[in-house]
Amino acid sequence: MRRYTKGFVALTVSIAAVACTTACSSSGSSGGGSAQSAYTVWDPYPQYDANSDWVKLLTKCGTDAGATITRTGYDTTDLTTKVLLAAQQGTAPDVLIIDNPVISTLAEAGVLASSDDTKLDTAAISPNLLGAGQSGGKTYGIPIGANTLALYYNKAVLQAAGVDIASVTDWKSLTAALAKVKAAGKKGITFSAIGTEEGSFQFLPWFWGSGAGLTKLDSAEAVAALALWTDWLKQGYAPNSVINNTQTTSWQEFATGEYAFAENGTWQLGNAKKAGFEYGIVAVPGIDGGTAAAPTGGEFVSVPLQKDTGRYAITQKLVTCVGSTDNSLATVTALNYIAPTEAVQAKQVAANAELKVWVDAVKAAKGRTGDGLGTKYPKISQQLWTAVQAALSGSKTPQAALTDAQMAAAAATK
Amino acid sequence: MIAPADVVMNLRTQTHATRSVDGPRGAAASAAPHRPTRGTDIRLYHRWAAWGFLAPITIYLIAFYAYPLYRNVDLSLRHYTVRSFVYGDAEFIGLDNYRTVLADPTFLPALGHTVVFTVVSLALQFSIGMALAVFFAQHFRLSVALRALFLVPWLLPLIVSASTWSWMLNSESGIVNAALSLLGAEPLNWLTSPEWSLASVTIANVWIGVPFNLVVLYSGLQAIDPALHEAAMLDGATSWQRFWRITFPLLRPVSAITLLLGLVYTLKVFDIIWIMTKGGPVDSSTTFATWSYRLGFGNPLPAFGPGAAVGNLLILAAVLFGLAYIRAQRRQHP
Repeated sequence: MRRYTKGFVALTVSIAAVACTTACSSSGSSGGGSAQSAYTVWDPYPQYDANSDWVKLLTKCGTDAGATITRTGYDTTDLTTKVLLAAQQGTAPDVLIIDNPVISTLAEAGVLASSDDTKLDTAAISPNLLGAGQSGGKTYGIPIGANTLALYYNKAVLQAAGVDIASVTDWKSLTAALAKVKAAGKKGITFSAIGTEEGSFQFLPWFWGSGAGLTKLDSAEAVAALALWTDWLKQGYAPNSVINNTQTTSWQEFATGEYAFAENGTWQLGNAKKAGFEYGIVAVPGIDGGTAAAPTGGEFVSVPLQKDTGRYAITQKLVTCVGSTDNSLATVTALNYIAPTEAVQAKQVAANAELKVWVDAVKAAKGRTGDGLGTKYPKISQQLWTAVQAALSGSKTPQAALTDAQMAAAAATK
Repeated sequence: MIAPADVVMNLRTQTHATRSVDGPRGAAASAAPHRPTRGTDIRLYHRWAAWGFLAPITIYLIAFYAYPLYRNVDLSLRHYTVRSFVYGDAEFIGLDNYRTVLADPTFLPALGHTVVFTVVSLALQFSIGMALAVFFAQHFRLSVALRALFLVPWLLPLIVSASTWSWMLNSESGIVNAALSLLGAEPLNWLTSPEWSLASVTIANVWIGVPFNLVVLYSGLQAIDPALHEAAMLDGATSWQRFWRITFPLLRPVSAITLLLGLVYTLKVFDIIWIMTKGGPVDSSTTFATWSYRLGFGNPLPAFGPGAAVGNLLILAAVLFGLAYIRAQRRQHP
């Protein structure tokens, strides 16, 4: 065996060298080698196939701009990593549609081109929606549509419990309504407090509705918000399963017809119609009344950086086409979103009066990465959902959980 | 008892050896006239042919094992931000990521959970698998059908079994709590209380691991000569004695490899825990595997460096146990 060693090493090295050369040359050529008219689009809508309105719209916009579109739909949780890897290899797509809180991370990574380079017109977009795509004074894309959270309620359950929905205006009256529902033998409210970004997303309307801010997680207001949820669990107004609920499983609980309220998003409207009971929607109330600011959800159309900056001209036409007033209405209707511009929002309400409450909620909503948080948001959010889990599962008091969260968040964002 | 088997082995290796030696010798004999030049040619040719045959596996090993492993070690020694991940200019920081991970408040709980999860899973999987294997070794009616049923957990995709467990253990609508309340017991928050979450994922993992232990140990049992049991029975050994004095010792090599494989599988269990509890609530069911994933991928802002560091610690643990196994093997067969 020993006498082979030398030759073996030499062979191994030469193979490695060959492998490296081929790999290097292939990754080097991928930037400029492709045909000028082929453009790639990545989106987080794998549920839409080539026959869907969404993909047809993309193809049509491509043809108008003089490009052939290759579109790939990825699972939304995979897309961030996919894009980072692609950018590392120099194979990022021309157009990337991605969840809004990720924009600041990708901008920080130097993956996205700002509107300065791509010449995108963002004037018509509502500022509170555009905020999620802004970082360091630059804008990195346009929202394709927005969604947010509100409270769905089951009319029959409330009626049986003797609750008038008009009386639910603040946290106190909401908790009182939940008590009545429980006394009537039904279940109060369901939401999602899972240990992921979804958990923070669902907690934020209450967090912001108390007057708390993300830069100080252990403020008295924040503790009040977390205590509200914790007490609901203790009193049995909310089921213990919320700790593991995603927004989908939480919706499934509401769809059983046993629950009075469910905190959920615009995208459940289609399912609400199929639920088989009468429902209504109210905005999440603030601690002393009024509408709490809910976080904005929804994706941004962004443009990853390309070596060949000449490509931006056609990309810009493509993005503008997708975001134009006529096409935007079609897109947001297909995706169950609220449009990012007032003009299209008005058209949506004219077509479907039920959307009024959502349009109002979107107007009151704010971006998670706004307030200059940017890439600090993911780190703060992780501590926030951990604190929510700790308090709801009873391993810490709301005060202790948030104090620990603030310490960890401060250390992580230093 | 061992002797005949050894003889067979020797015979087999010998025939192999003669056959492989035969080939080249025959070729050399036919080329006898040009011996001086042809001989070296052929030797050279054979050597290159050997390398040629080695090349595919070498390339495969380097491309799919050595290089990723090297990258993971490299990843754990650099300070990666999202920006440096894309532009590849991450600064070398030595063992800082490991220090960060060791100082993290999650480290000790995760270590404890990994140990408890692995040890309890292995112990239960192995003892239940062994009990079932011994049970099924006595052929009776329907034994084949029943044994096949026990394999179902193994055949199901993990996402299916984990989702099913998570649905069964749901605090509100789970069938387990419904059964408990039928029996008059208090329902438990299986997945959502810090006291029970680790137990819940362990139970699910044991259920998934039993078939593997059953199959391997069962086939191990088939290799034990029934004559031994007969002889022992004639000598008046009880079934309990026969198990501990005959079956168990003779199964030792099979048991060792079953436990080692089980250990490696269990150390890296990720999907079951992630689907059922996401490692929570708080860190109550976090193991190294889920922690590594959460650091690297479970957050919109990935921490690749510490994530890779945790992954490497896990690999190191598996390698250490592998080496311990090899040592134990050597001691058994010097």
